[in-house]
Amino acid sequence: MLAGSLYTAQVDPRRLFEGHALANAGRFLRGGFPPDLSTEFLGQMIRPALETIQISVVGTLLAVLIGLPLGLLATSSLAWSGILHERRAAAGRWLLGFLPYVVARGLLSVFRSVPEYVWAFMFVRAVGLGPFPGVLAIGIAYGGMLGKVYSEILEGVNPRPLETLHAGGASKLGVVLYGLLPQALPSLVSYTLYRWECAIRASAILGLVGAGGLGQQIELSMRFFEFDEVVTLLGLLFCLVGAVDLISGRLRARLTR
Amino acid sequence: MSDAHPAYELRELRKVFADGHRAVDGISLTVGAGEQIAVIGPSGAGKTTLFRLLNLTLRPTSGSLSIDGVDVAGLSEQALRRQRQRIGTIYQQQNLVGRLRVVHNVLAGNLGRWSTARALSSLWRPRDSATARRALAQVGIPEKLYARTDELSGGQQQRVALARVLIQDPTIVLADEPVSSVDPSLAVAIVTLLRDLAHESAKTLLMNLHSVDLALAYFPRLVGVRDGRIHFDLPRDQVTEVLLRGLYAGHRDDELQLERPPGGLNPFGRACRPLRGFAE
Repeated sequence: MLAGSLYTAQVDPRRLFEGHALANAGRFLRGGFPPDLSTEFLGQMIRPALETIQISVVGTLLAVLIGLPLGLLATSSLAWSGILHERRAAAGRWLLGFLPYVVARGLLSVFRSVPEYVWAFMFVRAVGLGPFPGVLAIGIAYGGMLGKVYSEILEGVNPRPLETLHAGGASKLGVVLYGLLPQALPSLVSYTLYRWECAIRASAILGLVGAGGLGQQIELSMRFFEFDEVVTLLGLLFCLVGAVDLISGRLRARLTR
Repeated sequence: MSDAHPAYELRELRKVFADGHRAVDGISLTVGAGEQIAVIGPSGAGKTTLFRLLNLTLRPTSGSLSIDGVDVAGLSEQALRRQRQRIGTIYQQQNLVGRLRVVHNVLAGNLGRWSTARALSSLWRPRDSATARRALAQVGIPEKLYARTDELSGGQQQRVALARVLIQDPTIVLADEPVSSVDPSLAVAIVTLLRDLAHESAKTLLMNLHSVDLALAYFPRLVGVRDGRIHFDLPRDQVTEVLLRGLYAGHRDDELQLERPPGGLNPFGRACRPLRGFAE
């Protein structure tokens, strides 16, 4: 299978070292060094850099707002099966919770199977250039991923405390607040932070189709063959990703204590 | 609450699981309001399933179950919730959320009454923490109010579960092997505490017990369950050793945790002693 994949993916290392490939790469590198570190250019890039961070933060926030409710609906132990629904299931009325469950699963799967790049492409056409389509793209694509993983985490918690709350007359939301979420919170937050790390990288890619931030600047500089600017921008992106990884890593380590 | 109706009225109650296992196989039982009953029997007899039917977690396959004279079969989900609020259950495992502070696990007893907004805001700033502290004081651990629950010992966690039921303030208390995971001296403390609390506030108490000694020592009426059926249902002083032998026949000897002094004296009616298997 690996051999077949290598063939169909047209993996051919020789092409990397052919004359014009080397020449192009050389031109890019020569053009890229020294990078443009003028205060004027760096000053201009502060806003796009902030924009990239904002896109990732607001996008992830939107993803949580989409993923959490859908993820809860897509949690089988909360929707239709298991000890909380035994009376309903034994009475043959399990479809009542099963339908919203299936709809939520379907939505989540559509949201995450369309790549964020394609979402961004569509939203740029719908709402115009800028960070907003980037936020929407990350919110929807990552909302789909978060919801799926949330539901898996929630299905894995110890059901006994849930049964106890249910047996004491708690509503479904009461069971969620006092049994389900407290047990799952560290895993939920940890995975959400991980997704935020991914979102900052993704927001750069999304910029390439015009969805704001550093990515859009990279695209502009490349179009004008300003490779010294491109290298500076890549360096900036590298720093941003590193900083976010660091912050999120610290937070996650504290959570799992 | 009407005194005219029994707390529970079970007629030919059956629970057959999807795999065909007949966990409860035709139980008829009447429990008067305020009564205290111990349910005993070998493991796998269907006691836990019976309790889950009684607290409206499971739906019986056939037969009828009435609470205070109301047949629960026809109740809506809302009405079922209201009934559940009136039934407090204590389980073998503590079934608490370890990551939450004790105060939240105790106040969770209010969830049947609280609106969602109120439940949510209490997680932020505990509502009625004074009541929670009083409940914890009743079970002897008021100083643990703000401790993280998973830092408590097994016995302390069982007390937290008790405090939650106190907050819930049900009219019926079901205790499903509440002391099988705590040491014997604490077992006696918890059983007597539950019995006294139920007695003070005229609650109906059904306790599923692994230990025959505890059942005989602290409960006036014993129901023996075997193979999903009632083996006997008698006042304490009519429960003979022959009946108990029959109840546990074919099961491991140590399940019948009776102490027989060397003199062959009647072991019944005495205060509880440390159980066999726990000594040393």
